[in-house]
Amino acid sequence: MAGKTLFDKIWDSHVVRAEPDGTTLLYIDRQLVHEVTSPQAFEGLKLAGRRPRRPAATLAVPDHNVPTTDRRLGIADQVSALQIQTLEDNCKDFGITLFNMSDIRQGIVHVIGPEQGFTLPGTTIVCGDSHTSTHGAFGALAFGIGTSEVEHVLATQCLVQKRPKTMEIRVDGTLSDRCSAKDIILAIIGKIGTAGGTGYVIEYTGSAIRTLSMEGRMTLCNMSIEGGARAGMVAPDEKTIAYIKGRPLAPKGDLFEQAVHAWRQLKTDPDATYDSTVTLQAEHIAPQVSWGTSPGMVIGVDQKVPDPRTMSDEKTKSATERALAYMGLSPNMPITDIKIDKVFIGSCTNSRIEDLRLAASFAKGKKVAKTVHAMVVPGSGLVKQQAEAEGLDRVFREAGFEWREAGCSMCLAMNADVLKPGERCASTSNRNFEGRQGAGGRTHLVSPAMAVAAAVEGHFVDIRHWG
Amino acid sequence: MQAFTTLTGLVAPLDRVNVDTDQIIPKQFLKTIKRTGLREGLFFDWRKLQDGSPDPSFFLNQARYQGATILLTRDNFGCGSSREHAPWALLDQGFRCIIAPSFADIFYNNCFQNGILPVVLNAEEVLDLMKEVLDSEGYQLTVDLGHQTVTTPKGTVYRFEIDPFRKDCLYRGLDSIGLTLQHEDAITAYEKRRKAEAPWLFGDVHP
Repeated sequence: MAGKTLFDKIWDSHVVRAEPDGTTLLYIDRQLVHEVTSPQAFEGLKLAGRRPRRPAATLAVPDHNVPTTDRRLGIADQVSALQIQTLEDNCKDFGITLFNMSDIRQGIVHVIGPEQGFTLPGTTIVCGDSHTSTHGAFGALAFGIGTSEVEHVLATQCLVQKRPKTMEIRVDGTLSDRCSAKDIILAIIGKIGTAGGTGYVIEYTGSAIRTLSMEGRMTLCNMSIEGGARAGMVAPDEKTIAYIKGRPLAPKGDLFEQAVHAWRQLKTDPDATYDSTVTLQAEHIAPQVSWGTSPGMVIGVDQKVPDPRTMSDEKTKSATERALAYMGLSPNMPITDIKIDKVFIGSCTNSRIEDLRLAASFAKGKKVAKTVHAMVVPGSGLVKQQAEAEGLDRVFREAGFEWREAGCSMCLAMNADVLKPGERCASTSNRNFEGRQGAGGRTHLVSPAMAVAAAVEGHFVDIRHWG
Repeated sequence: MQAFTTLTGLVAPLDRVNVDTDQIIPKQFLKTIKRTGLREGLFFDWRKLQDGSPDPSFFLNQARYQGATILLTRDNFGCGSSREHAPWALLDQGFRCIIAPSFADIFYNNCFQNGILPVVLNAEEVLDLMKEVLDSEGYQLTVDLGHQTVTTPKGTVYRFEIDPFRKDCLYRGLDSIGLTLQHEDAITAYEKRRKAEAPWLFGDVHP
């Protein structure tokens, strides 16, 4: 019998029943809930007179709409306030644990899951949010779902699924100094395209992935969806186990030892095969900057804006022309000539303590350019607290960055943190779609180190040779 | 959920690749706690010119596409955010069927939860149809889920593939939660078995 991949092992251990045609009722161990994609799910439960099957397997937090300014002032936007209140009411009615806006543990759903030890290896995890892929960093099968499926999981603790295909993305070698997980994942998306992973679950392998910290692996898996894959995963190892140990919701004592024993089996067998394999060499990955309006429109900082006139494929050519017009860029312009107005350091991609430490190490003793407005939004209240204990907030403030409360913030600009039309932002978030950070706003996706350097210089610079 | 059997309807063209759900419905419309009334947010940023007036070149603003029930578009439609507000907004506008060469996974799933049929035709077929739609006002297609076909006014028939389970649920307009709850015994048996194997997964998350 052929060996199993990491994905196969997790999938097979969660099959409740399978039809002859492969339609599978898959058990879901954990669900995370936020305010934007849950109200209609709870409403559906109420209308049908259904109760959550395992409220204790669900954790809720408001993150998308929350203000990142002084929380004691409340929420100015009444519609946002109602949505957050609705989440609180629903959690109370249905017996679901909620970290509310004044709770130190509140934060971005994909930051707090791992932080609390809610995210565990070998589990199936869902959330009404496409960046649920983040949790795959722990060797979990984690993917985003729509609101109807949120309701389905609440009611049944299951989802009806077809087995996806598997893709190995192998990154070997050593990253250049100052390059990070963000550069790896952007380079991967540049290579496979935004639909390259559609229908697949990705497993990231290779020496460059093993070397990444848990935070780095979360950044990597987070953006699997930008490559079209609903889920990305990294096999758990000793780093994973060390990260989980002692977290509030992680198993304790004998249960922990028992769990660790099981987690150590969670790796792809040597004789297992994937449906597809893609390889990259870490040494070839330069610091990445997106230039267009789709995450696949990304190149190294040492390169130039692409020229649609040199493109033969009609689709690529017209999409490039449209993107350049929206972004206000000219073909063949060096990336380092692009001037920016805003810098956003945050989001479920890059707002964890390691990201902030790294960003602060580059910001220390520097000043944000006069033409730039820069802000740092920690991923959770606990990340913020930790950063402040380490004095990172002071470093950022002294360099001219704003230091905010935790939330999704300008990644999708549902709260008051919004780009104005035409404003150009160097952002550590995950999507550069038209209007993502505000109607008419222009987003360039970069790593935290690249964002800090751009804030200081007022334009993109090659972080490998900066400072 | 409304069943989908056959549909003959006016076709609207959206000739763009990688249309993401942020474009289908921008964030400011996600603050609602309802599923209905989302049509005002559909393609909100693309409907307007910079001065806020309607963009006459955008299909939703053109008289000839009013009342369209079939959306014809390009590769990787519905990529990005998982927001189900995207199919809700399309449905609220009257679209019951979307034809494209490919769809993003989460959006594709979400369509089936809302009585919308996403049809995958190959890229050449979509390009041919796109040309016909743009060339002839009042262009209609007939989509037959039972026979898995799309038929043009001239009688050209395109066949499409669809997962049999999804087809059945959509064709009969079934409540998928109700279907799953028919297997409640299997779920309970699974939980019992799993709890013995992996007891750490059954602790209470209440801290």
